[in-house]
Amino acid sequence: MVEFETALLAIAAAFVLFAVVALYRVYDGPTTHDRVIAVNVAGTNTVIAITLVAAAFQQSTFLDVALVYALLNFLLSIAFSKFNVERGGVL
Amino acid sequence: MTPTEWGIVALALAGAFFGGVAAVGLVRLPDVYTRSHAASKSDTLGAILAIAAAALALQSGLSTAKSVFLLLFMFITNPTAAHAVARAAQDQGIEPWTADEGDEP
Repeated sequence: MVEFETALLAIAAAFVLFAVVALYRVYDGPTTHDRVIAVNVAGTNTVIAITLVAAAFQQSTFLDVALVYALLNFLLSIAFSKFNVERGGVL
Repeated sequence: MTPTEWGIVALALAGAFFGGVAAVGLVRLPDVYTRSHAASKSDTLGAILAIAAAALALQSGLSTAKSVFLLLFMFITNPTAAHAVARAAQDQGIEPWTADEGDEP
């Protein structure tokens, strides 16, 4: 019988694995936009993994880390896509 | 494990499934627009399911509130970021992939 915390940690490990798979697209991506999308996916998976670890250990403070990570991840995508085109005004 | 815990693990497993679909789509799809499609939709659904599982598993009220905020935030920002990147790609003049060019874009 699997324990509850172990199951949550195993699923968090699966998300870390998917983030590593997304890093292949960062390495291989033909354009900058492919790389930005792949970094965004890797960051999203990292946020999910942090949240699941917080749930497994019942640590509320990990959620603050996850929130800040999600904010920075969003900001990175917006900044890259805004400053990559010359005239700006992406959104 | 109690039935509630089984339900939480099932939610998180569904989230992991959609995260895996997003990862496969990111590696296998041919150009930037299709990749952003996989990244925005599949990965957002996986994030929603997994963070909902975490929100149910966390026992103090403050933690649950924080993870629900995180869920709503991901639900808004992830498609917005994918939209911004796809629009920047279109502004740079990257042509969408079509099937008659062969397998490689």
